[in-house]
Amino acid sequence: MATLNILVLVCLLYVAFLFVVAFGADRAARRGRGTWLRSPVVYTLSLSIYCTAWTFYGAVGSAARSGLEFLTIYLGPTLVMIGWWWTLRKMVRVGRSQRITSIADLISSRYGKSNLLAVLVTLLAVVGTTPYIALQLQSVTLSFATFAAHDAPGATLPTQQSTAFWVALGLTLFTILFGTRNLDANERHHGVVMAIAVEAVVKLAALLAVGVFVVWGLAGGIGETLDRIDASPIAAWDQSGSRWIGLTMLSAAAFLCLPRMFQVMVVENEDEDHLRTAAWAFPGYLMLMSLFVVPIAVMGLEILPSGSNPDMFVLTLPLQEGRDWLAILSFIGGFSSATSMVIVAAIAVSTMVSNHVVMPVWLWTTGGTAMMSGDVRHVALLARRLSIGGIVLLGYLYFQLSGGGTALAAIGLVSFAGVAQFLPALMGGLFWRGANRTGALAGLCVGAIVWLYCLFLPSFGPSVILPQSVFDHGPFGFDWLRPQALFGAVGMDPLVHAVMWSMMLNTVVFIVVSLVTFPRPVERLQGAQFVNVFQHSGTTPGWSGGLAQSEDLLIMSQRIMGSTQAQALFSSAARRQGLAGYLPEPTPEFLQELERELSGSVGAATAHAMISQIVGGATVSVEDLMAVADETAQIMEYSSRLEAKTQEQERTARQLREAYQKLTQLSVQKDAFLSQISHELRTPMTSIRAFSEILRDTEGLTPAEQGKYATIIHDEAIRLTRLLDDLLDLSVLENGQVVLNIHTGRLSDLLDRSVGAAGGPSDGFRIERQKSGEELWLTTDLDRLAQVFINLISNARKYCDAKAPVLSISAKREAVGLVIDFTDNGSGIPTDQQAVIFEKFSRIGHTKAGGAGLGLAICREIMARLNGEIVYLPGQSGASFRVILPPEAVSVPHTASA
Amino acid sequence: MTRDAPGPIFLERRTYRRRRMSDAARMLPLLGGALFMLPLLWGGGDAEPVRTSTVMFYLFPVWLGLAVIAVLISRHLRRVPEEEAGREGQ
Repeated sequence: MATLNILVLVCLLYVAFLFVVAFGADRAARRGRGTWLRSPVVYTLSLSIYCTAWTFYGAVGSAARSGLEFLTIYLGPTLVMIGWWWTLRKMVRVGRSQRITSIADLISSRYGKSNLLAVLVTLLAVVGTTPYIALQLQSVTLSFATFAAHDAPGATLPTQQSTAFWVALGLTLFTILFGTRNLDANERHHGVVMAIAVEAVVKLAALLAVGVFVVWGLAGGIGETLDRIDASPIAAWDQSGSRWIGLTMLSAAAFLCLPRMFQVMVVENEDEDHLRTAAWAFPGYLMLMSLFVVPIAVMGLEILPSGSNPDMFVLTLPLQEGRDWLAILSFIGGFSSATSMVIVAAIAVSTMVSNHVVMPVWLWTTGGTAMMSGDVRHVALLARRLSIGGIVLLGYLYFQLSGGGTALAAIGLVSFAGVAQFLPALMGGLFWRGANRTGALAGLCVGAIVWLYCLFLPSFGPSVILPQSVFDHGPFGFDWLRPQALFGAVGMDPLVHAVMWSMMLNTVVFIVVSLVTFPRPVERLQGAQFVNVFQHSGTTPGWSGGLAQSEDLLIMSQRIMGSTQAQALFSSAARRQGLAGYLPEPTPEFLQELERELSGSVGAATAHAMISQIVGGATVSVEDLMAVADETAQIMEYSSRLEAKTQEQERTARQLREAYQKLTQLSVQKDAFLSQISHELRTPMTSIRAFSEILRDTEGLTPAEQGKYATIIHDEAIRLTRLLDDLLDLSVLENGQVVLNIHTGRLSDLLDRSVGAAGGPSDGFRIERQKSGEELWLTTDLDRLAQVFINLISNARKYCDAKAPVLSISAKREAVGLVIDFTDNGSGIPTDQQAVIFEKFSRIGHTKAGGAGLGLAICREIMARLNGEIVYLPGQSGASFRVILPPEAVSVPHTASA
Repeated sequence: MTRDAPGPIFLERRTYRRRRMSDAARMLPLLGGALFMLPLLWGGGDAEPVRTSTVMFYLFPVWLGLAVIAVLISRHLRRVPEEEAGREGQ
């Protein structure tokens, strides 16, 4: 029992270690450190999730049963990897340029962003992945049971089901924790990838250690080992040719199509150049993985009692020989293989399920508009987490229902054949412009049906799902429809038979239907994009939008990507267009960039649909047409240049018009201000004159009357002074003559002071603050900053037109520095006015609460002197102002403050 | 002055080499496929069938050899952005 306890302890320590590795890698990546996370070695090692527990344990079992045939599972991927220049390079380039999130997304995006196709691929992926996850759970429980049986025969042990349950639960937790940190599925999961890379090293080391022990420890050297192989039951090479070729091709196809392989190979790819290293390093890894398989199988057959399970030789050989630590290492190796497969498969398939099934259904049920209330981001993350749980649960249920018998062991190749059905649509999409959506749908359906009928359903055994009579005489007595002898192909190996028919019919239907049907324009454009990705990476069908839509787009993007990310994207796009603030011109380039960013979060089809709801239909520009019709390229290029120029001129004209409007508006405001200022100056002047005349000329005034009039004169004089002070202040600030009084103080104190000075919360006006974010120390001109705060708070107090006005103040630290948002719940400032509010003399509409319109202009000048910024933040609940202080002005909380 | 002459020739040679290497990279999987299928043709006599150990002694070195050739080829295929634009993938 001692060893079993040690095993459980080591296992738990190992899992804890993986958590630490994943956490550390995530942290390092988020802080921008850790360039080693992006090395080609890590990429190569992450590809090793191809080697699951099925290969770790099963390869030896397969070798013990049928000799070298297990090698085909490794030879196929080897050929794909050394042929990277053909396919993988293109897949990775397309994946990166189109921000692809999964294989379903790639296929749907190639065929005109069709969600129907995506759903079909997702469905097939779920059906293919579930038994595979069950297989991993089985291998962990089986190896655990083997260990337990050897260590303490007859002792009461946890049942297999409970082991599987705890493993499934742990894996779900790990995957949710590190696989759904960020909504953008196209972003790298550094933690997960790092953990997988570590597991890759562990499983290789474990298998090599067992191999070295078997060859040099048990057999007594290489020569001895070879002699034993020659004397073993698998000494003769009588390989069936059809299985050898068929399995090599099947594993090559599966390597390209498995959702989890696509995830690590394309989605998690950091740099296309990493393929160069993986092209030779991964075949090397596979070779090392299979090097000792035959010796282990042969020694197992020789030493272990007959009837012992050859799938467990890797574990039982060291146990039999009393090498407990080696056995533990071997167990950890198998455990690593199983866990890394489940984690990545769950991430890959859950992305598909949530992007292509859950999100579209949710959008549809909530009215189908992209402008709905509520946080889409939250829903999408929840959908992905639930999908992960759902997929692992499905795998667990499958394991329970199938009883974990030997039927499961055959499921690996069945799964391979299922996902291989994607291959014609995938390759056709990458290399053949004529491939279209109808063809892909038809081919995929036919392939999937043949696979289900000839391989998947029969894999449960006769009379479980398909009755024995169907196997013998075909359905309804149609002899030529027997599932294992379709169209009279009698006597073939069932697997090769099913793979041949499904792939052949799939391909033929796909090609023929593509030839006789017409694609939609979007398909043709995407086709040109994918097939000629190396000639013109970049342009997809363009959008053309109007000006007022930018704010709607911002609101939508904030809900999907989170406000910080969306604002950063919008403001950087605006800066690139030479505009200030957060609302860029909705140029085709910007809309396309936005669509790609969104498709990283919710998939291409959904992102496309959401943007088209706001902007209106996609327009096909001449440039895009050019990509489709190469033959008329020259004429097209000429007209496309004209088109581009016209568009550019239109845009310039629009900008000029805007500038002109702004100037006119300013001039009107200036006139208005001049009359305003004369009025403002005259009113107090008039009353001062009038009351001073009264004081001078009227006899017999009571002291009380005298006092009253003098007070009026005094108040009016103060009002005048204040107005002149403001004007003076502004001109001093503008001329840069201001002297700053730099002090250090706490942000919360400063805000307290400002709230107090602005009148504090009263008569229904509420101020919400987040004290936790305010525990920061500022080193700047605190008085000037307070002036800005006071101005913003009293503005909100004056102008917020909500019934129950609330001003919320929040401060947070970001890359640009300290960001303090003042957001109220009123009706905000209209888009056309946002551009001028910071100008001098600007007053929105006719305000009852009279001010000279200098406050915000002064604020802007002050912030510029403090090296910061103040901007209007569109798309919030009401009027919102953002004050940005430079990072060097902010410091972490003092210990003294505690 | 003296530097001008060999410059273009050197560049020409380098891009030429690079393109031939990409040809080689395309051929390699075909070669590998053929070599991996080769043992199927080994008949052996009924009395003396081909031994598993012999096939292992053939397959593993071929495997290693393919990986080594892939190393040599991929060293020439570093991504060069300005070349990518027009010529490749055609």
